[in-house]
Amino acid sequence: MRVIRYEDIVAQVKELCLDANCTLPMDVFEALVEAQKKEESPLGQNVLDAILENAKIAKEKKMPLCQDTGLVVVFAEVGQDVRIEGGLLSEAVDEGVRQAYQEGYFRMSVVGDPLERVNTKDNTPAVLHVSLVAGDKLRLQVAPKGFGSENMSALKMLKPADGVQGIKDFVVKAVSEAGGNPCPPIIIGVGIGGTMEKAALLAKRALLREVGSRHPKPHVARLEEELLELVNKTGVGPQGFGGTQTALELFVEVYPTHIAGLPVAVNINCHVARHGEAVL
Amino acid sequence: MIRVTTPLENVEALQAGDEVAISGVIYTARDAAHQRLVQLIREGKPLPFPVEGAVIYYVGPSPAKPGEPIGSAGPTTSMRMDGLTVPLLELGLKGMIGKGGRSQEVVEAMQKHKAVYFAAVGGAAALIAQHIKSVEVVAYPDLGTEAVHRMVVEDFPAIVAIDTQGRNVYEQGVAKYRQPMAEGSK
Repeated sequence: MRVIRYEDIVAQVKELCLDANCTLPMDVFEALVEAQKKEESPLGQNVLDAILENAKIAKEKKMPLCQDTGLVVVFAEVGQDVRIEGGLLSEAVDEGVRQAYQEGYFRMSVVGDPLERVNTKDNTPAVLHVSLVAGDKLRLQVAPKGFGSENMSALKMLKPADGVQGIKDFVVKAVSEAGGNPCPPIIIGVGIGGTMEKAALLAKRALLREVGSRHPKPHVARLEEELLELVNKTGVGPQGFGGTQTALELFVEVYPTHIAGLPVAVNINCHVARHGEAVL
Repeated sequence: MIRVTTPLENVEALQAGDEVAISGVIYTARDAAHQRLVQLIREGKPLPFPVEGAVIYYVGPSPAKPGEPIGSAGPTTSMRMDGLTVPLLELGLKGMIGKGGRSQEVVEAMQKHKAVYFAAVGGAAALIAQHIKSVEVVAYPDLGTEAVHRMVVEDFPAIVAIDTQGRNVYEQGVAKYRQPMAEGSK
């Protein structure tokens, strides 16, 4: 068994949170530069200029890219040959979040109970998804998720007969109805298959992929391209002011499902598509 | 670029799609503060800031670092305030800054009471913060980031999204760039 210490997980999560909130990932930045060149609407071009300028200011001044520094979503892949010593993984993740949000002057955006709605004042807890994998490493992916875009996400249990056309209609409808609310140009994660919660998780996970990467299955890769083209025909454009650059990227993830079902989840991310990862 | 100063006057001259730079005093309020403000109005009590001619910015800023007036401060989604906006327009609120569309009810009240809705670029929060010169809490400090802040802004960048005649940049823009989709996609 390989030992990974609680303190090392805390430090890693903290560093990932600090970095993700102030520095736009290079793939997203480059996609925004491309979108600025391709956008046909003059107002949309100005919006993209402002977004690029914002990324420069945030990086230089170590300021959050967006005041909504989000609810932190963490995917942890734990090798089966790893033993975590000194505390629980979930507590280490929350401690890393707590330290980063205090030291980074980030906004505390989490309420402890969705009905009582009292702020926890340290942005914890995170939403932690753990999976067991082969090996003796711990892979941490950290994605602070803003709720302007999260609120515009959608899930539907389609019928198998709805097929690919049903999926296309549902994704386009979600993006059109979201309009300017999720801060376009957006990145879209689509989860297809599994059960209700599996589809949602696939959609969330899809958002962590690198912009420009295509799914290894050719028919899924083709669907990604077709869906991206369709959502960019909605006319929503940057900030919903109209334009050709509604989405920077669209990823699809699939999973086996039941003979009677076709679950589809659409998770939307804003242009401040924050994520970072590290392997311990 | 049209320079606009607060308190707002002659808002009828502003048209949807105009790019503006706002200077002067603006007040922040979002979900929780709106609930309290509307409650005061229902009880016939005075509001904690002069609402006539005022601009409300829908924002929950991140905390200020030492020596800075404020942290990052971009707009939040305006539609969450739609159900709590009309009573403020009735009292003379002239401008709102946020992001995303508004309900028909709000657009109609804006036409009736002659108010404009500005959109700031969502997610450009570090850039916008450079235009905020000073900040103080004027009400509801217990709400933290959601408290009502009085901000002095200089050339705050925004777009007239919906004007006093109900012209709407979201509707106009999307209609202009929308392309036909094959195979019945909608």
